[in-house]
Amino acid sequence: MRRVLAAPAVVLLGLLASAAANANPQPWQLNMTRGATQTAREVHDIHMVVLWICVAIGVVVFGVMFVAMFRFRKSKGAVPATWSHSTKLEAIWTIIPILILIASAWPATTLLIRMADTSESEMTIKVTGYQWKWRYEYVDYFGKQPGINFVSSLESQANRTRQLGSGMDPRDIKVDGHSTYLLDVDKPLVLPVGVKVRFVVTADDVIHSWWVPALGWKQDAIPGIINSAWTRVDEPGIYRGQCAELCGRDHAFMPIVVKVLPKAEFEQWMTAQAPAPATAATATTLAPTTAPQG
Amino acid sequence: MKHDARGIAKVALTVVAASFLFGFAMVPIYRIACEHVLGIKLSGEAADASRVALMTVDESRTVTVEFVTGVNSKLPWDFKAENVRVSVHPGALTEVWFDATNNSTAAIVGNAVPSVAPNEASPYFNKTECFCFTEQTLQAGESRRMPVRFVVDPQLPKSTTTLTLSYTFYANELATRQLSLLSAPLDGIAKN
Amino acid sequence: MAHAAVHDTHDTHDHKPQGFLHRWLFTTNHKDIGTLYLVFALIMFFTGGSMAMIIRAELFEPGMQLVQPEFFNQMTTVHALVMIFGAVMPAFVGLGNWMIPLQIGAPDMALPRMNNWSFWILPFAFLLLLSTLFMPGAGPQGGWTLYPPLSLQGSNSIAFVILAIHMMGISSIMGAINIIATILNLRAPGLDLLKMPIFTWSWLITAFLLIAVMPVLAGAVTMLLTDKYFGTSFFNAAGGGDPVMFQHIFWFFGHPEVYIMILPAFGIVSEIIQTFSRKPLFGYQAMVYALASIAFLSFIVWAHHMFTVGMPLGGEIYFMYATMLIAIPTGVKVFNWVTTMWEGSLTFETPMLFAIAFVILFTIGGFSGLMLAIVPADFQYHDTYFVVAHFHYVLVTGAIFAIMAATYYWLPKWSGNMYSERWGKIHFWMSVISVNVLFFPQHFLGLAGMPRRIPDYNIAFADFNMISSIGGFWFGASQLLFVGVIVHAVYFSKNRATSKVWEAAKGLEWTVPSPAPHHTFSTPPVIDDSMLAHGDVSH
Repeated sequence: MRRVLAAPAVVLLGLLASAAANANPQPWQLNMTRGATQTAREVHDIHMVVLWICVAIGVVVFGVMFVAMFRFRKSKGAVPATWSHSTKLEAIWTIIPILILIASAWPATTLLIRMADTSESEMTIKVTGYQWKWRYEYVDYFGKQPGINFVSSLESQANRTRQLGSGMDPRDIKVDGHSTYLLDVDKPLVLPVGVKVRFVVTADDVIHSWWVPALGWKQDAIPGIINSAWTRVDEPGIYRGQCAELCGRDHAFMPIVVKVLPKAEFEQWMTAQAPAPATAATATTLAPTTAPQG
Repeated sequence: MKHDARGIAKVALTVVAASFLFGFAMVPIYRIACEHVLGIKLSGEAADASRVALMTVDESRTVTVEFVTGVNSKLPWDFKAENVRVSVHPGALTEVWFDATNNSTAAIVGNAVPSVAPNEASPYFNKTECFCFTEQTLQAGESRRMPVRFVVDPQLPKSTTTLTLSYTFYANELATRQLSLLSAPLDGIAKN
Repeated sequence: MAHAAVHDTHDTHDHKPQGFLHRWLFTTNHKDIGTLYLVFALIMFFTGGSMAMIIRAELFEPGMQLVQPEFFNQMTTVHALVMIFGAVMPAFVGLGNWMIPLQIGAPDMALPRMNNWSFWILPFAFLLLLSTLFMPGAGPQGGWTLYPPLSLQGSNSIAFVILAIHMMGISSIMGAINIIATILNLRAPGLDLLKMPIFTWSWLITAFLLIAVMPVLAGAVTMLLTDKYFGTSFFNAAGGGDPVMFQHIFWFFGHPEVYIMILPAFGIVSEIIQTFSRKPLFGYQAMVYALASIAFLSFIVWAHHMFTVGMPLGGEIYFMYATMLIAIPTGVKVFNWVTTMWEGSLTFETPMLFAIAFVILFTIGGFSGLMLAIVPADFQYHDTYFVVAHFHYVLVTGAIFAIMAATYYWLPKWSGNMYSERWGKIHFWMSVISVNVLFFPQHFLGLAGMPRRIPDYNIAFADFNMISSIGGFWFGASQLLFVGVIVHAVYFSKNRATSKVWEAAKGLEWTVPSPAPHHTFSTPPVIDDSMLAHGDVSH
């Protein structure tokens, strides 16, 4: 998580394939993604820890129950006992769960504290949810104002396909063999690899929620309030997500795509987007246009 | 027995009435809990001047304050910060400027809603002067330069190095309607 | 259901009013009102169920095939409102009406006229709610949680929805007051609180929750109404309000509401397991205290429904810990049920099958609940199909299975006839298999990244959605068997029930004839501790 330096580009290119596999939901996928950030991996790990704790408790409890169901059948001549109390037993199954809970609460708390720590970020992105698209503003990149500001919405082929009675097959929409139906946008959010990015998230009209599973969290976008969250993506790649809070008619149709580039490529992209010199003095000329699109 | 049941019903109805009122009481309780238990300042009101005057400048560290601006899509204004990012010493009074322009062909009243991230830092951000304290009326095509004067409390936890202050302008439809009814042109100074 | 009682011959004390309208519209009899509640709940179960069928049909395949997204959103919203306020809660109130006076030896409910009123509000409330679907501008589309600003964005139908919610709230509050007054006031002499059957206990605690939180919901929706029509800004950011505050107020009601829908189920399952294990309930007092602590905890955990709104760290940690605590009393209940079965003498009639399925499947829902309590993981689970799977495990295989178990368990007492054990078991096996086909894959969908409340999805989610939809249609169709079994038992079964019905049934309700006469316990029964189902009252 503290790794700042971008690894050599060659290595990163080699990793692209695996990153792509992490970035898309897979058919028959059973489990949470391990994601593309340290945070996402830790979230995945704590999810697995709690899952296995639950499975273990389940095996014991249901096991005892099934033994009871087979051993103590009336049809097998079982005679009911009359006891109905045991302080010792009840104490045991009050105390053991408490210990298990403490054991799982501890790593959850430390992880939560790390996830809440947005300090030392090197880049700030403002995310604004609209019905039904996202606006991204590059507020700050290593102390400079890139002045990039655009709206990202569902790409047009999927948008036509998803209309009722379109007669188009959602299976036709693919990138690199992965279905990107409803998970692709016209203009993705572009981020550099290995940079701690802070997001300030808000909404214009109703509550939305910005969620890319590979980053390991979601953050509600609430009108009038800004919330912060952060990420540092380890591998270049394209990471897909969706709005996760019911926001009206086209809630299902406002995907999120984060394209993570090696730092040099990202800076090239950034220069191409905003040719104007980015300094504080000219910040006013670079500020957002506020009229919503569409 | 019947009589007794009525008594219980009366007590229960009192509980019902109390919890209905409690639902509304949660509005102030929420504010109090946020401000005193969780340490989030919800109100955008001016800081207590006497408290600010007592703060001493902490030269030993600097805090980065970022300003992000937004305009609700129902309001045809432009609104931006002249300085997106300033570095300040906690305790030092700082002034920053914002520009708002009404792009429409009618006078409109707007209200700015402030929000601070991270939200735990909000009680340490003290504004002594802000356009968000009052309604702002902009005539058609009018631009206005508006200051915000603030002090970051030196008590701000050391772990917080960056504060983001967000202002979102919303149309104040009621006041705008009253304005158009008055039809007499206001002089562009904030009402109220 | 109680129709069969009309022609009952061995009940000479019956003074039933004659005439269909007179009997059902003006009834103050707890058994008739209980029957009305149960029939109403069944109708609403199928109403909400058909909406679920529309949802699952649209989700059968990727791409939009059947309905517009607006209509889909109305279906998810109204499905939830109908199932929660129309099916599960009235079913429990119906069971409480029928069984609480019988279990505590009371002649009727304490406030019989109010009882009539609290039922008859409900059909009108739901007519109003369902009529919004046909209004110009359509019904509510913002989810049953009615989060502003979205819920206030739509048409004026929200005003009708809010009025309907007020009526449902008044109905539940009156029902709850009646139950409290009945239990506190009309117990047979000698039936101390800590000798009460566990179902009655569970309802007493539930009723306290109801009167404490339904008015809070009423307050929250009233604020929505004034925000929309009277210019207030409780939740409107532009006017200085806070949309997150609505969520706090709503879930302050909403979380206890969740337990309102499960505590009576705990009571039912406790009754059934001891009867068919032929062994007293293990740790009766611990069960009562567990119910009470779950009820208490339900007031202090509400914000775990909103971990992603951007609460301060301290708040998230507190609500995580408080939520995890609930696992302890809930665990005690599950362990006690299993221990009740241990060294018993088990038979597996339909009620027992549903009760056992309840224990296993509700516990699976509890496990996913524990996972959801872990805040960092919840950042991934929140608002995905994992949550949908979680609450359907606790509400369908939890609350609904318990209601079905209770129906099979007490139907012979209500109707005087035994249901068909063979068809009851077929209904059980069809339900228990299909419900898992329906909801288990939804865990995988949520973990793979499918948000909830969406009408269309990526191809990667197609396979499990199709399986889930097949399970859904299968589960829906299986419930027709339920109606068949009930209708057969009430009107056609030749197999008369004895007053005790089940070999090891204990408790006052089994001392009255089957079907239960129109008036019972006109003179209070004499309590003999050995008749009480839980056996040793000192523990």
